[in-house]
Amino acid sequence: MSIRRFALATLASAFIAAPALAATEILNVSYDPTRELYQAFNAAFNKHWQAEGHEPVTVQQSHGGSGKQARAVIDGLRADVVTLALAGDIDELHKLGNLIPEDWQSRLPDASTPYTSTIVFLVRKGNPKGIEDWDDLVKPGVEVITPNPKTSGGARWNFLAAWAFAQQKYGSEEQAKAFVEKLYKNVPVLDTGARGSTITFVNNQIGDVLLAWENEAFLALKEQGGEHFEIVAPSLSILAEPPVAVVDKNVEKKGTRAVAEAYLNYLYSEEGQRIAAQNFYRPRNEKVAAEFASQFPPLKLVTIDGAFGGWKQAQPKFFNDGGVFDQIYQAQ
Amino acid sequence: MSRRISPVIPGFGLTLGYTLVYLSLLVLIPLGALFLKTTQLSWEQFIAVIGAPRVLAALRLSFGTALLAAVLNGVIGTLLAWVLVRYRFPGRKLIEAMIDLPFALPTAVAGIALAALYAPAGPVGRIATELGFKIAYTPLGITLALTFVTLPFVVRTLQPVLADIPREVEEAASCLGAKPWQVFRHVLLPALLPAWLTGFALAFARGVGEYGSVIFIAGNMPMKTEILPLLIMVKLDQYDYAGATAIGVLMLVVSFLLLLLINLLQRRISTP
Amino acid sequence: MSSLTLTAASSAQAIRRSRTWGRRLLIAGAWLVFALFLLLPLLVVLAEALKQGFGTFFSALLEPDALAALKLTLIAVGISVPLNMLFGVAAAWCVSKYEFRGKSLLVTLIDLPFSVSPVIAGLIYVLMFGAQGWFGPWLREHDIQIVFAVPGIVLATLFVTVPFVARELIPLMQEQGTQEEEAARLLGANGWQMFWHVTLPNIRWGLIYGVVLCTARAMGEFGAVSVVSGHIRGVTNTLPLHVEILYNEYNHVAAFSVASLLLLLALFILLLKQWSERHVNANRGE
Repeated sequence: MSIRRFALATLASAFIAAPALAATEILNVSYDPTRELYQAFNAAFNKHWQAEGHEPVTVQQSHGGSGKQARAVIDGLRADVVTLALAGDIDELHKLGNLIPEDWQSRLPDASTPYTSTIVFLVRKGNPKGIEDWDDLVKPGVEVITPNPKTSGGARWNFLAAWAFAQQKYGSEEQAKAFVEKLYKNVPVLDTGARGSTITFVNNQIGDVLLAWENEAFLALKEQGGEHFEIVAPSLSILAEPPVAVVDKNVEKKGTRAVAEAYLNYLYSEEGQRIAAQNFYRPRNEKVAAEFASQFPPLKLVTIDGAFGGWKQAQPKFFNDGGVFDQIYQAQ
Repeated sequence: MSRRISPVIPGFGLTLGYTLVYLSLLVLIPLGALFLKTTQLSWEQFIAVIGAPRVLAALRLSFGTALLAAVLNGVIGTLLAWVLVRYRFPGRKLIEAMIDLPFALPTAVAGIALAALYAPAGPVGRIATELGFKIAYTPLGITLALTFVTLPFVVRTLQPVLADIPREVEEAASCLGAKPWQVFRHVLLPALLPAWLTGFALAFARGVGEYGSVIFIAGNMPMKTEILPLLIMVKLDQYDYAGATAIGVLMLVVSFLLLLLINLLQRRISTP
Repeated sequence: MSSLTLTAASSAQAIRRSRTWGRRLLIAGAWLVFALFLLLPLLVVLAEALKQGFGTFFSALLEPDALAALKLTLIAVGISVPLNMLFGVAAAWCVSKYEFRGKSLLVTLIDLPFSVSPVIAGLIYVLMFGAQGWFGPWLREHDIQIVFAVPGIVLATLFVTVPFVARELIPLMQEQGTQEEEAARLLGANGWQMFWHVTLPNIRWGLIYGVVLCTARAMGEFGAVSVVSGHIRGVTNTLPLHVEILYNEYNHVAAFSVASLLLLLALFILLLKQWSERHVNANRGE
């Protein structure tokens, strides 16, 4: 029977063709919008690492929703470094997995955040709905695309940026909540991740405005050409700080601490900062920031620590079960 | 404890033993891990997780759309099976070969394709919008996606049975003066019912758990278009393992009871 | 087959002819359903894949990560299909040839993986073999990686495809009864001879069909594999996961190209099934 031979042949070819292993490998577990950034950065780092007289290193990449990625690492995905969307997710590596020390964020400069971003609006060319600021998002008939804050790190930054704006403009928490509630009434689709939302907006052409990471919005412009979309910067936004960390338990086991630490440190180097800026992340390095100053519109930004008391307070208050986000949807 | 149909056929111990060991290792023990994880919750906590309005809404949505899709499949699946077995017509071989496409197409690809098709800008979605209703990001879209994914079940369970019913039986009935409806009711239905129920139950059960093809077209709005498997993912992403497994256990128990019921029913029908 | 059935058939032909209108309606209905539900999605995938011509189509398929994903998919299929085939035959044998208490329960358990959400199917192996799971610490100590590596992907694939072969064989073998096997035994065949020469040829049809389905599903599984994969590019991505990655990288055409590769593989297997079916039928007719 040919089916049997087919099965055997499949099996055989599968085993013969097992993947070859390189000398040194490290695994960078990252969130959704950094794909392009790390593709460029990994190549540069490898060059730098070899120039220092080391063996070539293969950096493997894994991308996905920030929370999902953190959970995979806690459950045993052997990441040497994590580069996630928000500090809250890396905190869990300590809390649930005991993979890193509690003070992980103080081990690298700038609270372990080598680059930052913010939340901006991506609108259709010509801005047909006249969207200039957060207030325009709650108008009737405006469709807003943002991912689900329960599953997406970027969406949590979106939510908090809207909240910060409303609180500053209208004063009280109740009014901020009412504002955000109105905003989410205008959301027709909640994708599970930032990339999903971008694709809903860009490819499936749903909605009038996409709340997006600044880097994600720039990338969409670059990918689609400037003729379909434009970026609108709101009057106030939030400083999105995606941090990085070496996963101690894993690098000790694999003996890759030196290269993992060099990898993250290189993010802070001028070259690393430049690659970040080229991929539309705001660099920390002032010299590089000045080089790219024309690329990033000046924005009034609040910080998670300043406006919300850090993720340790913001996460349970807004996004855990029964938090503000749930209350908004159950009220509807 | 066991009673063989025929004492001369060997292999009962071997096959049953193998079946049980294999099932235990691959399915039962891992599922046991799921139950065990849930026991971290007290009974009250379990009820609180399950009884949350969002979970209940998702429960209604997932079971409702899966049921609707299974009913839809019960009808069009019967039609397809009948036509494929009984008639020779142009394109029959093509349809026959393609029925299994939904099994073969990765669910994520199905989701992307269906979203492209039914989204307001897509070819079908545009027509629907002109007619004044929305498909994508509504329960209707979820139902359609589930109908697509589970389409082969009813067709494929009915086909062999239908092929095995000698046509002469119906014809004899017709010759004896039975109307088409009577032929269907008294000749075909009893023979087809067990297979039909199996196909229906499988389609339903599969539909309840379906994830990949649905999330792209569901819209994922809490309380409205958020399906149960997505809710599990949401809980997991919040590191709420116990909550996630609680929903998982609930889905599992309900599906298991449904399948068991259908299997019992089927045996009662097939052994008069 | 005798002249008796032939005369019965010819006398019934008049009735059949009088029903042509109903028949045409049904065929038209089937075509409509087929076009709307099956053909349209298929065409969307192919159209998107070939948007930029065959050049980009093939370069997407020959890219190293795509090849690595193909390899991994074939490994998962190559392991899970034979195992589940063996299981399917054994399970169908004991369910269809014997009566015993708890049979309904057993059949339900065999069906269970159908009804378990893929998300849960992946999750259970994480609960067992993940770092926080039952065997997590032990596995870590012995440096064995199951979830987020190839074994986990194989396990998840095995799980979701458990019922396919059994599901096909059980009704078939029940329908066929045990008379032929009994006859073989009475004529002096031993158990294995009976199985090889009587049972196997009888169930070939269903077995092949079950294997085809099992293969197709194993290739295409997304949800369960996604949970246990870890999504490491070029290492733990199967073809469906690779499709998702490409889709998320604005690489629409490449995503649909890889998707249509899966589709073509599936169609090829379905063709194989059509061919063998005809083969089997021809043998029967002799």
